[in-house]
Amino acid sequence: MKGMDEGKKAFVSEAYELLRELESQLLELEESSDDELLNSVFRTMHTIKGASAMFGFDDISTLTHELETVFDLVRSGRMTITKELIDLTLASRDNIFEMLSTDDTDGEVGVLNLDLLGSIKKLIPSIADAVTGSYEDHGPDLQNVQERHDMKMYWIRFLPGKDLFMDGTNPLNLMRELSELGTCKIYSMVENIPELDDMDAEQCYTSWDALLITDKGVNAIKDVFIFVEDRCELKIKILDETGGVSDAEQKKLGEILVENGDITEEDLQKVLTKQRRLGEILVEEGVISSRKVDSALLEQQHLKDMRMRQETAKEALSVRVASEKLDGLVDLVGELVTVQARLSQFADMKDDANLLSIAEEVERLTDDLRESTMSIRMLPIGSTFSKFRRLIRDLSGELGKEVNMTTEGAETELDKTVIEKLNDPLVHIIRNCLFHGIEDPETRYAKGKPGAGTIHLSAEHSGAHVLIHISDDGAGVDVEAVRRKAIERRLISEDDELTNDETVSLIFAPGFSTAKEVTDVSGRGVGMDVVKKEMESLRGDIEIRTVMGEGTTITLKLPLTLAIIDGLLVKMADSFYVLPLSLVEECVELTGADIASSHGKHIADVRGEIVPYVRLRELFGSNGSKPDMEQIVITNADNRRVGFVVDHVIGEHQTVIKTLGRVFKNVDGVSGATILGDGTVALILDVQKLMLYAEEDELKTIENYQRSYKRGGSL
Amino acid sequence: MSKTILIVDDSRSIRQMVSFTLKDEGYDVKEAEDGKDALQKFNGTPIHMMITDLHMPKLDGIGLIREVRATSGYKFIPIIMLTTESQEEKKKEGKDAGATGWIVKPFKPEQLIGVVKKVLG
Repeated sequence: MKGMDEGKKAFVSEAYELLRELESQLLELEESSDDELLNSVFRTMHTIKGASAMFGFDDISTLTHELETVFDLVRSGRMTITKELIDLTLASRDNIFEMLSTDDTDGEVGVLNLDLLGSIKKLIPSIADAVTGSYEDHGPDLQNVQERHDMKMYWIRFLPGKDLFMDGTNPLNLMRELSELGTCKIYSMVENIPELDDMDAEQCYTSWDALLITDKGVNAIKDVFIFVEDRCELKIKILDETGGVSDAEQKKLGEILVENGDITEEDLQKVLTKQRRLGEILVEEGVISSRKVDSALLEQQHLKDMRMRQETAKEALSVRVASEKLDGLVDLVGELVTVQARLSQFADMKDDANLLSIAEEVERLTDDLRESTMSIRMLPIGSTFSKFRRLIRDLSGELGKEVNMTTEGAETELDKTVIEKLNDPLVHIIRNCLFHGIEDPETRYAKGKPGAGTIHLSAEHSGAHVLIHISDDGAGVDVEAVRRKAIERRLISEDDELTNDETVSLIFAPGFSTAKEVTDVSGRGVGMDVVKKEMESLRGDIEIRTVMGEGTTITLKLPLTLAIIDGLLVKMADSFYVLPLSLVEECVELTGADIASSHGKHIADVRGEIVPYVRLRELFGSNGSKPDMEQIVITNADNRRVGFVVDHVIGEHQTVIKTLGRVFKNVDGVSGATILGDGTVALILDVQKLMLYAEEDELKTIENYQRSYKRGGSL
Repeated sequence: MSKTILIVDDSRSIRQMVSFTLKDEGYDVKEAEDGKDALQKFNGTPIHMMITDLHMPKLDGIGLIREVRATSGYKFIPIIMLTTESQEEKKKEGKDAGATGWIVKPFKPEQLIGVVKKVLG
């Protein structure tokens, strides 16, 4: 820590100064024993002792500690100054000087003269030993707070003396510190506050009851009150010693009150004969204030909560594992899947019934293993959601807006990696909701909406995907404004006719932002295009639906996992390719007749619907002649259908995704690779990217395309 | 606005260590080398907390604490004493004079921050 280094440097130079002074003081002291002189020698020892101990010069500290003790005895008249004492002190001074100057930067290397230390110790009469002994006591050791204990629940009553404020103690700081130890509920008892006329504002009339669940141990609780322990009454009770509440759960309100010393057993028996709610009766009888009853009720409630929590904990008995281990496991499973694919292929070739049945068994087991491994990596999205509560609270305050957050489907599970990467896009979307979406309270009232806006986060499963919706009940996206902006930014031209949905989707276009001004909250120069890119890198998708004046819903569609996907294996010439199965709708045949009827345009008629297609064979410049009958794989992404023409469709394939490595990171249209059963590498196609080619294809011809492709080099 | 803490100690190295540590935590820090010097500092901008050594020339820590508690406006500020003595009587003397708490030397920067946060909030 910086303070420590600076202090250490300063100590060395300070010590030199003090030692030089000490030398002349000692020589003077030998001549005449003057009280003031004696005091300053003592103080010099004291200062060196304190500072050397602080900065790790332990030997110097030990030596000066003995000297300080000696001079304290001289000061109090129990020892006299002798030549021997002055000699030893001067020798010690030289010894300290050595210890300091051997190494000015790395602390002491000079050696402590043990004979010298022994001689000084001999000077100290035995009466002083008791005093020296206590030096090791370091008082409140705040480090100990870090110690781990079992999770326990404590009941704490803090009854400060009336003079609590007199030494500058702020009880609220104590309560805050207490609550930082764990889950805590604090109840203040205000029944002792007198009428205004009788009140002395400088006195403390309040006391506090607290229920605390913590694993820090009882000493950590006592440490909170260490500075006031002699000025207060502190009761600490462990409510469940074993971590179980089996007997505590039985506790009745009356028993708790008796145990806390708020009422006596007799009080309890007296009112128990009546058949009403105990708390009400006790208050009515004047035995106790309603606040105390409330506090005890709170305690009872906590015990119930605790029991509930323990029950859920029992269900979810869990083990914490380092995430690298999980990543390692996934890699191994990935390799196993690859080997299993090889085995299956080999078994098919051999056509041996025994081998086939073994291969099938291995396939089944591998599938199960793969699924359970993936499920280990799954985390509920709830913790991510709750992180945004704070963000929304803080930002809405800053913007002068009132916003509530609601969540749904917090238990929905997603792959750990996906959850981690989801954070930034969500922050961005929520910022947008707060800044552009939710209006300020006045505007909302004027529109007949409640003053506080709502942001709703929800998650749900949808096949191999998880959908995350972020909705607000704000102003919605102004479609006209988006259109104007898009024209201004030349994203579309004046006479382009777009549906409202298409227009709104333009906010995902690079460089698009409708913010009028750059503020602290939104408009950091990053637009929704970045969010879209991030979604694509997660192989996910983003969609926006908005109703002017009523609100906006943004939906993120994410894959459950990133490591292994279900793919569709296809073949062109001698090369294999994989398309993510989640995007594939169907496979149809492309016959010569179809090509002839489309007059050279790359469009196919799929049961009456016109679908553009891309010829992967041409795109990738595959060699060899194409088969008579080609296949079109119809994919659907971003609500657009595009076909990819391939030679053969092989079938479903469990695809273990391998990244391509840095050399290929700029290659478009390929998102990764996978290893097939026989060791062949198949490229995984980036369908979204390839769709962009198809789009351009509608404007230009495929020949243009190939030219540009040849310029850019081949894959 | 960040809070101002006054550190009073006749050892320059301790003052610097405390000062650097607290400045790193975002506090403003003033330094004084003895009790008399410290009382001067109370005339300027407000001080929100004092950390003081006990053994000092001119005016010692206990005397300083009494003086500060008697100064208008400083009756309730947190005061922490730095002490190498862990003897109960010294602590008690300081508490009776009006000290909020104590730190026993030698202490680590984290302990200092812990105590400051504890009493200053």
